[in-house]
Amino acid sequence: MSDAVSVLNGAAFDGFAQVSDTGPRGMITLRGAPEVLAKMAKALGLAVPETLGLTSKGDLSLAWMSPDEAMVLCDYADAPGLAEKVQGAVKGDHALVAVVSDARAVFRVKGDKADQVLRKLTPAPLDGFAPGQVRRTRLAQVAGAFWMTDAQTFEIMCFRSQAQYVFDLLSNAARPGSELDL
Amino acid sequence: MLILTCPYCGVEADETELAPGGEAHLKRATVGDSDEAFEAYLFDRANPKGVHFERWRHAYGCGKWFLAARHTVTLEVYGTYKAQTPEPTKEIVAAIKKRLPEWEGRG
Amino acid sequence: MSHRLDGKGRLIDRSKKLRFTFNGKAMTGYAGDTLASALLGSGQSVMGRSFKYHRPRGVVASGVEEPNALMNLGEGGRFEPNQRATTTPLFDGLTATSQNHWPSLEFDIGAVNDLAARFLPAGFYYKTFMFPRFAWKHLFEPFIRQSAGLGQVPKEPDADRYEHVYHHTDVLVIGGGVAGLAAARAAAAGGAKVMVLEQTAHWGGRAPVDGGQIDGLDPETWVNNAVQELETAENVTLRLGTMGAGVYDHGYVLGYERVADATPGDDRPRHRLWRIRAKQIVTATGAIERPLSFPGNDVPGVMLASAVRDYVVNWGVAPGRRTVIVTNNDDAYLTALALKEAKLEVPAIIDVRATLVGPLADRARKAGIKLMHGKAVVGVKGKKQVTGVMVADLDGKSTPDAIECDAVAMSGGWSPVVHLWSHCGGKLNWDDAEAMFKPDPARPPLGADGQGFVLTAGNASGAMGLAEALADGHEAGRQAAKAAGGTLTRKAAPKAPETERQPLKQVWIMPTSAGPDKRMKMWLDYQNDVKVSDVQLAAREGYASVEHTKRYTTLGMATDQGKLSNINGLAVLSDALGQAIPQTGTTTFRPPYTPISMGAIAGEARGELFQPIRRTPMHSAHDAAGAVWEPVGHWRRPFCFARTGETDMEAVNREIVNTRDNVGMLDASTLGKILVTGPDAGKFLDMLYTNVMSSLPVGKCRYGLMCTENGFVTDDGVVARIGEQTWLCHTTTGGADRIHGHMEDWLQCEWWDWKVYTANLTEQYAQVAVAGPKARKVLEALGGMDVSKEAMPFMTWADGTLAGIPARVYRISFTGELSYEIAVPANRGAELWAKVAEAGAAHGIQPYGTEAMHIMRAEKGFVMIGDETDGTVIPQDLNMGWIISKKKTDYLGKRAQERSHMASPDRWRLVGLETLDGSVIPDGAYAVGEGFNANGQRNMIGRVTSTYYSPTIRKGIAMGLIQHGPDRMGEVVDFATLDGTGTVIKAKIVETCFYDKEGAKADV
Repeated sequence: MSDAVSVLNGAAFDGFAQVSDTGPRGMITLRGAPEVLAKMAKALGLAVPETLGLTSKGDLSLAWMSPDEAMVLCDYADAPGLAEKVQGAVKGDHALVAVVSDARAVFRVKGDKADQVLRKLTPAPLDGFAPGQVRRTRLAQVAGAFWMTDAQTFEIMCFRSQAQYVFDLLSNAARPGSELDL
Repeated sequence: MLILTCPYCGVEADETELAPGGEAHLKRATVGDSDEAFEAYLFDRANPKGVHFERWRHAYGCGKWFLAARHTVTLEVYGTYKAQTPEPTKEIVAAIKKRLPEWEGRG
Repeated sequence: MSHRLDGKGRLIDRSKKLRFTFNGKAMTGYAGDTLASALLGSGQSVMGRSFKYHRPRGVVASGVEEPNALMNLGEGGRFEPNQRATTTPLFDGLTATSQNHWPSLEFDIGAVNDLAARFLPAGFYYKTFMFPRFAWKHLFEPFIRQSAGLGQVPKEPDADRYEHVYHHTDVLVIGGGVAGLAAARAAAAGGAKVMVLEQTAHWGGRAPVDGGQIDGLDPETWVNNAVQELETAENVTLRLGTMGAGVYDHGYVLGYERVADATPGDDRPRHRLWRIRAKQIVTATGAIERPLSFPGNDVPGVMLASAVRDYVVNWGVAPGRRTVIVTNNDDAYLTALALKEAKLEVPAIIDVRATLVGPLADRARKAGIKLMHGKAVVGVKGKKQVTGVMVADLDGKSTPDAIECDAVAMSGGWSPVVHLWSHCGGKLNWDDAEAMFKPDPARPPLGADGQGFVLTAGNASGAMGLAEALADGHEAGRQAAKAAGGTLTRKAAPKAPETERQPLKQVWIMPTSAGPDKRMKMWLDYQNDVKVSDVQLAAREGYASVEHTKRYTTLGMATDQGKLSNINGLAVLSDALGQAIPQTGTTTFRPPYTPISMGAIAGEARGELFQPIRRTPMHSAHDAAGAVWEPVGHWRRPFCFARTGETDMEAVNREIVNTRDNVGMLDASTLGKILVTGPDAGKFLDMLYTNVMSSLPVGKCRYGLMCTENGFVTDDGVVARIGEQTWLCHTTTGGADRIHGHMEDWLQCEWWDWKVYTANLTEQYAQVAVAGPKARKVLEALGGMDVSKEAMPFMTWADGTLAGIPARVYRISFTGELSYEIAVPANRGAELWAKVAEAGAAHGIQPYGTEAMHIMRAEKGFVMIGDETDGTVIPQDLNMGWIISKKKTDYLGKRAQERSHMASPDRWRLVGLETLDGSVIPDGAYAVGEGFNANGQRNMIGRVTSTYYSPTIRKGIAMGLIQHGPDRMGEVVDFATLDGTGTVIKAKIVETCFYDKEGAKADV
């Protein structure tokens, strides 16, 4: 039995958008040449994401990270098994597969003004940003990545050690009365 | 504050998403090379008033190193290109010449 | 004296009275007032004292250019000095105090400086306070600090919060006057995404005050229509109360939004800093009227003509009942007409021009106003309020006549606000007919594509008439849209009837023949008290450069940055130098346009959000256990776990003794862990480390040292071979991200054909070091893995399940004791920590912190990156030649280590140091040698790198880099102390390892 808990263990903040810890999330770092990444995606039953893209099937997603890197997002308990499966699919190929489910935290920001929370923290443009895209960028003073699960919901990923900082950042940016009225 | 387009992911990155890495196209000198050649590799750096070639890393993005050709006074950017390029590409040289016909190439 | 006017005041709501205090006195104003209009409306004309001479000063302007009416606002955590009353929106409960006076605004002792003005000329600081030298510190400086300065420094932490916002737009229009609105309409019609910033609380700028007709409507109606149109447009964002503060490279603009200045404590962010990226910027920033330089032009009641008009029309406040106009151009006539319209007296318009013709002169005559041509004000009567002016011929040669009045409205012409155009390199041309610097559209600031990215609109272009300004704004908007990727709209430009304006006459001082006594009373820079005579003196003393004159006289260096004074000062300097104004040139325009709050710059980064503190998975447990925190980079690590009644050092010593006698546990999660894999991974690591990693058998660990190409040690750590093609590299805590970046740099930029991938797994694992003679017992108690010497010898690792948690256990030691480092998924780190403590309880386990770790490794003679190394130390200096592979033809740093200086036998090299008296050598102490250097300092022969009290050896131990150190075993060297007495601590050179030299304890 796993007693794993995500770093902020379900913390939440209600502002003009709702900020919450999404709990433990399975993650696997994949690195390889495009054809190797394609094999890995196939093993997962997912399409290879385009540059700055994210493909999904149910709870399983594959997010573009770099020209030779992608990240599997899955149920926490599934990560080791999926990693083995992917590893098996690229036996003999030059590839890197590493379970990194514990290295990061994922927060959700939800609401019709959820984008405004991010507008306060990242220099990345948000106009035109939509589900199916992923952006790695800076969130105030730290690195982070985000994607959308629907038109009003962002998921924001950051390093585990900085989870409290990022949660505080998001909550502060979502404080009532600080809507941007754009 | 600069905006540079990462040639790997196409993101028009804000300078705060990037990490600078000094002069581009240095040729590594090592064991067997003369003291002069090694000194030049370690320490001699161009400091032009004009066209300059630099290394940048898309540190807060895809993590890739890339190269940029930039004017140090006007901050005009002639182009960015992949780090695995020993010399400025033809396209970059053409883009510079188009704007600065009298440019004589890397010093 | 000033008062409120019935039926005037387009911006105030008389049904909403607001109470406020000024210097403790209760006053009232109306919603829509600024603090300045409310003070004037309450009859308060003296609003401050000047900086140097402490002269009584009233408000001069109605906007951001105000130099005099600076206030301390608020109290406690909301106290803020140097706030312009003219840009402070009035709110109920506002408290303001005037500045730079003692004991009171009405009676100020410092005003004695005014009598001594003759002895306080430009540069008097430099001239007066040079000698004797000691007097500066003990006499002059304290006196000057007491009497000079504007507002006071806030004493409490800022009670408010602030934030940043990033915004991306095609076209950014800065300025919401009619030209800006026209530009925004045209740009929006061209399909561009548009943002408009307006620094005041109202759209339309000066046009509703100055009058005229736009598209057949009065300006106010046209403005309302235009704003409505823009508000409903999908592609337009409008922002009132937001100043364009600065224009930077590649279309970066800072916008300063004052969100909650007028509603303190409402929990909204007080200010918001907009970090905008615009493809094209239109600066529709208007123009600022210039004062005229006549004697007494700083007496309260002397104001800019446009400001007088603003107070009457916008706020229904009459700055005076009887206002004399003095001008060198047409514009001030509008003020005369506005005053007349408000049924106030205008005894005369004093115009320097010889003939007064044109529609405005005609209208003034028709209104019954006396026009005096070719005249100048040659003196102002009154001290705390104007009581009259003396008027004479422009050359001052006629006998002056007195005119009684209680206000003077002056106009010296207008200067386009070119600041934002100039911030990023836009160039200017001098227009001698209009006497103004105008943006040169042929020399704009250049963007990333080498093309201009800033356009100007309206008055900011120097297009001063309403019709011209609208046409110019519209065209700027069209062109901006096109340059930003949109189209040129065919929408018609707003139209206004052409107005005939008569040429201005350049008059920079009046009367033109003024002698020294008069020039000493002509103020150029009100805030810094710089006068015409000061600039002329500077010129006589040889200051030919405007930049030097500025610094010498302090002209334009106050908080208003010379918005009113720069051009006048430049003209006076040019005249004194006998050259034309463009030859003298302007000073540099630097952002921000007006001061912005420190809070806005900091944004959210204060308190908990000041820095991204990095926490390990066990952070909360450490906190609960009373950890004394030490910052290590952004990480927080326990320095020690102090018990009640224990000092930190007592705790550290207890932790060491317990670890050496029993067993200790350390949170080592912060150590970097980088996975390196691929067919070429071994070759790559052999290049990265000084020793050979490719030969390490799977299942084993090896200590490694990394150098930069300069040959200097940059990081170290234990490398474990995980698989045939896979290694895990441990780095120092501070080195994780840096070394991962270093690896990627070499893989991407130099050896890009090598098949190697890396992944930084630092945060995936929580890592706990269990060290001490009883460590094995603790792991056995945790259960699940065979941790015997046979199954897991020293410098090996194994995967397994420990206490029910999947774990990788490394048998490595940084303490010199039997030691295991247990790595588990970070989400289970807190669980592991608790289980280790529980399993170890029977064996006396105690957590230890970083200081105990540091001392234990020093006892063992292990180097610490950042202590023994400082970016100038090579492995050979550390006597670590054993870790440098002789077989390898190359590794990073190898060639550098062959350089003559690196190979020199005279380098300082690492040794152990034992004090003769058992004391501890101070941190950073230097070893002194014979003789003195060229600067008369003792020659140095080395320095201490790590120095501690060792509870194990029970005396001071140290390591240090000493010249020829290893060849001098047993010799005694002197370490200088820092107490200034010249005493030294004597230490014997010994081997670096003080404890268990054979290494038997770790290998059991």
